[in-house]
Amino acid sequence: MSDSILETVDLTREFGGFVAVDGVALTVRAGTIHALIGPNGAGKTTCFNLLTAFLPPTRGTIRFKGRNITGMRPAHVARLGLVRSFQISAVFPHLTALENVRLALQRARGASFDFWRSEKVLQVYEDRARELLFDVGLTGEADTVVTQLPYGQKRALEIATTLALDPEVMLLDEPTAGMGHGDVERIVELIRRVRGGRTILMVEHNLSVVEGLCDIITVLTRGRVLAEGDYASVSRNPDVIAAYLGTPHA
Amino acid sequence: MFGFSKAQQFAFLTMLALIVICPFVLYPVFLMRVLCMAIFACAFNLMIGYVGLLSFGHAAFFGMGSYIAAWTMKFWHVDAAVAIVLGGATGAVLGLCLGYLAIRRSGIYFAMITLALAQMVYFFCVEAPFTGGEDGIQQVPRGQLFGIVPLNNDMAMYWLVAAVFLGSFLLIHRIIHSPFGQVLKAIRENEPRATSLGYRTDDYKLIAFVLSTTLAGVAGGTKALVFGIATLTDVHYSTSGEVVLTTLLGGLGTVFGPVMGAVLVTTMENYLAQFGQWVTVTQGAIFVICVLAFRRGVIGELGGALRLAL
Repeated sequence: MSDSILETVDLTREFGGFVAVDGVALTVRAGTIHALIGPNGAGKTTCFNLLTAFLPPTRGTIRFKGRNITGMRPAHVARLGLVRSFQISAVFPHLTALENVRLALQRARGASFDFWRSEKVLQVYEDRARELLFDVGLTGEADTVVTQLPYGQKRALEIATTLALDPEVMLLDEPTAGMGHGDVERIVELIRRVRGGRTILMVEHNLSVVEGLCDIITVLTRGRVLAEGDYASVSRNPDVIAAYLGTPHA
Repeated sequence: MFGFSKAQQFAFLTMLALIVICPFVLYPVFLMRVLCMAIFACAFNLMIGYVGLLSFGHAAFFGMGSYIAAWTMKFWHVDAAVAIVLGGATGAVLGLCLGYLAIRRSGIYFAMITLALAQMVYFFCVEAPFTGGEDGIQQVPRGQLFGIVPLNNDMAMYWLVAAVFLGSFLLIHRIIHSPFGQVLKAIRENEPRATSLGYRTDDYKLIAFVLSTTLAGVAGGTKALVFGIATLTDVHYSTSGEVVLTTLLGGLGTVFGPVMGAVLVTTMENYLAQFGQWVTVTQGAIFVICVLAFRRGVIGELGGALRLAL
């Protein structure tokens, strides 16, 4: 377990009487791409919200790099290097692509409460922002207002913004959701190319993406871990097949 | 210049020219009323237009700024500049207290909490002895600026108000175009994403709120000086409503919109005053037309038609 970077013990979240996440023990090893899959309502996104402190857990602990991060503020968790994306495209729509990435880079200045300074001080981040846009294939769109970008490019921009923080662990919530086939392949290729050895935990519905990209898969159903392993073993697991396809008794 | 775009530079120079020319043509006291309202609306616009939070209690900061400036002027005989600064400081302190309680909410909840807190301030002002209750603080002397310039002359007072307005206007412009302003826009656009990039969004929103309430206090203090009076009307919720109307009519989230709104609303009040209660009815009708026909406000629609950001 020495190489685990993110670990949860008995992670539980209840909403009223409903247990969305129920005693999940998850271990993400450093340098792997780890997928979290499961049918709708299995608690995948709730899990993400708990890991990134957007929701406080009812019970259980979360350790990141050996440090207990349970109960921290979400902005603090992000600063430690555990950065998430969102299911719906998480961009700043009325800013330009360059400004989007620059906002992530700008955070390195610390708390930027300096309302008396000109935004010219942010020009130092522009070269790096352009590099990141180049990495995700958006060189020509730097000054485009993001609402005008097609969906696939928005997701690529989101990845560039996340990478700008140079996080140790990236949590991607359905990076290919709502995409056409061509875009899916492009994003998968992009994730593989730009991750640079970073650990990734992702929620993904598209099983062919999971098969091609992920080292380890954890299957959740009704808030519990049903199975864990590589794609080959998980996809043959009869419980998993039952959860996805239903059983005659269900 | 100041990070304005070409079109904004043109608009700014036009505004500057009007500020210089108008007092020779129009009644300066009316113009001062417009400028005080413009400072107030610009301050309000900082919250609604650039943070996306509707404060329905801005009269509390405007009114308390007005009371404190009037009181210190009348009883301590402070310098006019000091009185305006004290008005701003009052807005800041009160903004910090009320903002701390309200800032964690958004949307309609934020509007309701700010309204409720502002009503508490209103009832405090009704009861507290220093405000003079229904009488208000009257016959406030204008005093002197920096101990040398007497302000009894309307023109002298006008240049001071114009300077305060320009200072506030440029300060807001700088805030919007600062690194801090970038983060504010990010929060307005997508708050969870800003959080996930490691920004403590509540802190940013609170600082923006305090900046806004400070300028609202400055506007109130300046107003008290101009008219020599601070009354319950200044803290009443109808004043909060008026600043919302002014900003909406001019154009939310535009740089010049609140100024245009202040010109329109104040002119309307001035020329419709003879019709008494009908002012409110007319304002209501205009508000309805604005929401139905030109949602982006006068400046917003104009900018949209010309494809320019004003």
